[in-house]
Amino acid sequence: MNKHFFSDMNVMLGRSMRHIFRSMDTIITVALTPIAMMLLFVYVFGGAIQTGTHNYVNYLLPGILLISIASGIAYTAYRLFLDMQSGIFERFHSMPIARSTILWGHVLTSLVSNAISMVVIILVALIMGFRSPAGVWSWLAVAGILALFTLALTWIAAIAGLSAKSIDGASAFSYPLLFLPFISSAFVPTASMPPVVRAFAENQPVTSIVEAIRRLLSNQPVGNEIWIALAWCIGIMLVAYIFAMRVYKKRV
Amino acid sequence: MENQAIQVKGLQKSYKELQVLKGVDFEVEKGCVFALLGSNGAGKTTIIKILTTLLKQDVGTAAVNGFDVAAKPDDVRQSISLTGQFAAVDEILTGRENLIMIARLRHLKNPPQIAEGLLARFGLTEAANRRVSTYSGGMRRRLDIAMSLVGKPQLIFLDEPTTGLDPEARLEVWKIVKELANGGTTVFLTTQNLEEAEQLADKIAILHAGRIIANGTLAELKKLFPPAKVEYVEKQPTLEEIFLAIIAKRSKSNNE
Repeated sequence: MNKHFFSDMNVMLGRSMRHIFRSMDTIITVALTPIAMMLLFVYVFGGAIQTGTHNYVNYLLPGILLISIASGIAYTAYRLFLDMQSGIFERFHSMPIARSTILWGHVLTSLVSNAISMVVIILVALIMGFRSPAGVWSWLAVAGILALFTLALTWIAAIAGLSAKSIDGASAFSYPLLFLPFISSAFVPTASMPPVVRAFAENQPVTSIVEAIRRLLSNQPVGNEIWIALAWCIGIMLVAYIFAMRVYKKRV
Repeated sequence: MENQAIQVKGLQKSYKELQVLKGVDFEVEKGCVFALLGSNGAGKTTIIKILTTLLKQDVGTAAVNGFDVAAKPDDVRQSISLTGQFAAVDEILTGRENLIMIARLRHLKNPPQIAEGLLARFGLTEAANRRVSTYSGGMRRRLDIAMSLVGKPQLIFLDEPTTGLDPEARLEVWKIVKELANGGTTVFLTTQNLEEAEQLADKIAILHAGRIIANGTLAELKKLFPPAKVEYVEKQPTLEEIFLAIIAKRSKSNNE
């Protein structure tokens, strides 16, 4: 490892955190859509949805958090793409710095900005009646799963940002990701779905992640779901990381 | 060897089918201003990218400050700096923050002080705390070059430093390059502008169709042409001269 790795990392992180805090609108936009969705589902559709729990906000929140991550990571792709375009990447690459910090700066920034959006969403959920009996360890476990999910999707975003030919291409990849929570147990129990859809819904990553978070927050035994959820997150993260690095090496 | 800032031998590079460099040879002495002249797509930027370790050549060798670019990229990066064709500045940060960032990435002592000095030298002190997105093209280029001077690298690459600048800003950049040269920094610049090469360069090389077809001082290059014939031609001012004269008058009367 380069001896300046941590100091370079610090500079890169500081740089892209400044970008975030100077465009707070990006964090607000990221939080706003999921909050609107939460309002819509709780106060419009919620009455017609039978989840077997008396508090639909409790049922809904994990899925809403995943949607916010799926839309938030698009900004990483966007920022990476702009960096590649602007020539600042070439400047960094022609300098004696630890190169991997250029990407990691963006990735860690994504982690921080998504965390801020999620705190905002959870606060709104509390106002809407979300309550959880979970203790500190369960909350830490939830934070860990959400962080892993953010990292996994951020590395996918990095692939998109690094390989995109246009600014629209850099952010368009996230639309399919936004649909995954809808075909899962995030909004409605999978039992009500036709067999084929149900089979997909029950075996895709979002369902196991949502179930794991839901059980942690309602103090139920997590069972196998949490391991399946972790396996998905880590698996996606590793594959996306390897591909992102390959694209990165090809582009520079 | 000791006196060579750049040594290039038999450099070849292709992008898929397209062979851009077909065997390029040249040397640049330390402390001189070297201009690489060529039309669009001649391969000037490709050469710069190879010399600044951004791109690997297919065939041939290149050494910068005595370090082979392929074998010792870190040593090369330590001793050079690149000002690319597009201003490599961070638009969202302020001018000062940009300079401090580069000083920190070069692991220098007291980045704020280094930034302060460069801001003053490039006439950016007043704009130092404004975001770069509010800067004019000329200010952006000055900041860009200032960022390249952080840490006083021995060799500076300027890829078409005046493309897209208005005549005034171009004169400013020329002034900066001349100051650099007087201070002993080696400058490698590319340009399509013949006058620029004539004004700035100690040595000029012409890159055409993937090869260096002429290389020498301006006087040497002039000898390649038939001896000058004396003719009397009425000298009309160029539009550029008119433009510069008018603005000079304006800014003078504004100051009064």
